[in-house]
Amino acid sequence: MNRPPPLWLRVLAPIAVFGLVAAIWHLAVVLFRIPPVILPKPEAVISALWSERWTLLKGSWITLQASMLGLLCSAIVGCTVAILFSQSSLLRTALYPYVIFLQTVPIVAIAPLLIIWSGTEFRTVVLVSCIISIFPIISNVTSGLLSINENHLDLFRMQSASRWKTLLKLRIPSAIPNLVLGLRISCGLSVIGAIVGELFVANSGAYDGLGTIMNAMQANLKTAALMAAIMACTLLGILLFLFVQFLGTVVLRKWTRDAGFEAA
Amino acid sequence: MQTPNIAIKCDQVSVVFRNRTSEQRVLDHLDISVPRGQIVSLLGPSGCGKSTLLRVVAGLITPASGTINVEGKSVETSRDKLAFVFQEAALLPWRTVWQNVMLPWEIRGAQPGSKQPAPSKDQLREAIEKTLTLVGFKPTDWHKKPSQLSGGMKMRASIARALITQPDILLLDEPFAALDDMLRSKLNDLLLDIVSQTGCTMLFVTHNISEAIYLSHRIAVMSHGKIADTIDVDLPCPRESGVRGTPAFAGLYGQVAESLARSNP
Repeated sequence: MNRPPPLWLRVLAPIAVFGLVAAIWHLAVVLFRIPPVILPKPEAVISALWSERWTLLKGSWITLQASMLGLLCSAIVGCTVAILFSQSSLLRTALYPYVIFLQTVPIVAIAPLLIIWSGTEFRTVVLVSCIISIFPIISNVTSGLLSINENHLDLFRMQSASRWKTLLKLRIPSAIPNLVLGLRISCGLSVIGAIVGELFVANSGAYDGLGTIMNAMQANLKTAALMAAIMACTLLGILLFLFVQFLGTVVLRKWTRDAGFEAA
Repeated sequence: MQTPNIAIKCDQVSVVFRNRTSEQRVLDHLDISVPRGQIVSLLGPSGCGKSTLLRVVAGLITPASGTINVEGKSVETSRDKLAFVFQEAALLPWRTVWQNVMLPWEIRGAQPGSKQPAPSKDQLREAIEKTLTLVGFKPTDWHKKPSQLSGGMKMRASIARALITQPDILLLDEPFAALDDMLRSKLNDLLLDIVSQTGCTMLFVTHNISEAIYLSHRIAVMSHGKIADTIDVDLPCPRESGVRGTPAFAGLYGQVAESLARSNP
């Protein structure tokens, strides 16, 4: 009854939806005489994607670097913080509210401040990307380091294992799947962070990531190009997500040799 | 004075679990002694404190009162003579069988206060090979990960890990509860083999009456945190699986079952 649909349908159906939306979009623009500044025709967006391809590619490359560096920073800093948290409940109690603060403060609100402190530079964009993407890493890895199988803990206690050995040989290896999960959530956020950072860095002229380019396009009312840039942002996010997904699968498989992670 | 051939001796041991609203006396002035080289089974319904007693002997739980002597010393100083086999195999999933068996020595190795000297690399490799062979592992399975093993093989690996430090005392907490009868009786024979080869003492927690009779020299029936009854098992040693069909075995089964029913109405 619930057989999955055949492959051709799974490929064709989303494409058909895309075609249908594009057709309605085109028709609406023609019928309601929407000016191209407000809503360009879909083919105009496609052609903008082509004519701006070098600008967009170059911008994507810079934004990709910024978000990957941001993700790397949040992985390194996030894991360090999580390890510290796992070792001291006092530290955890004292600092966790501020980690939540990182998660809840609208990053767009502190981005201008960061620019004042760090300048309209690449490193500021990386910083914004890191701050936005660090929370899932901290919370996932901390919980991984703390929720250890009771029997495994007893096993270590039976050998009078030191705190350091327990951390190194039990807690950290146990938390690897949590790190992978955290990275999967964070990679999308790191792209958002990079683009938000770039939107604020904008007018310096010394930097041209996707966000900066979009700012300029918006100022010049190049709507079709702007929509093409949005598509590039999306593609970039998907690309990074697939990369992290792939990395995670490889790591987890290596971790337990076969696909499923054993619960016990 | 300690009798020299007593491996484990618990004197008036009480354990109380507290939470905000209530406190529960899990072990209530319990006395038990296990002679060296013998297998003693703890039998009783869930919640009677069997596993807690095992963990107290292992030093994983500190009792509210009472004393525990392991080989004539307190638990803290004799911990490296004990090994624990958990209800689930509790293997570390990211390590191969070999690496799991090696783990206790890896943890102990550089421990400054350790009683036994750490074995050299070659000694360790030899010991692991010997132990894995003893528990019935083929060399082709030595470097598999736990997720590639059946439940029985996981349990064998777990037993090997317990044996690697050459413990004087093995504590087993319902190790075979999740296995089918065939495997269970195979692993029972393995345990008997181990005892005859190493001469170690075992304290064995189980729900299964015939397993308890087959393995033990003595069965302690528990009820509400106390030893309600002890039954000596007078069956010929070494045991052979044919003993399960004998009238003596059936008689003991009836006796144990009746004792269980009487002490846990």
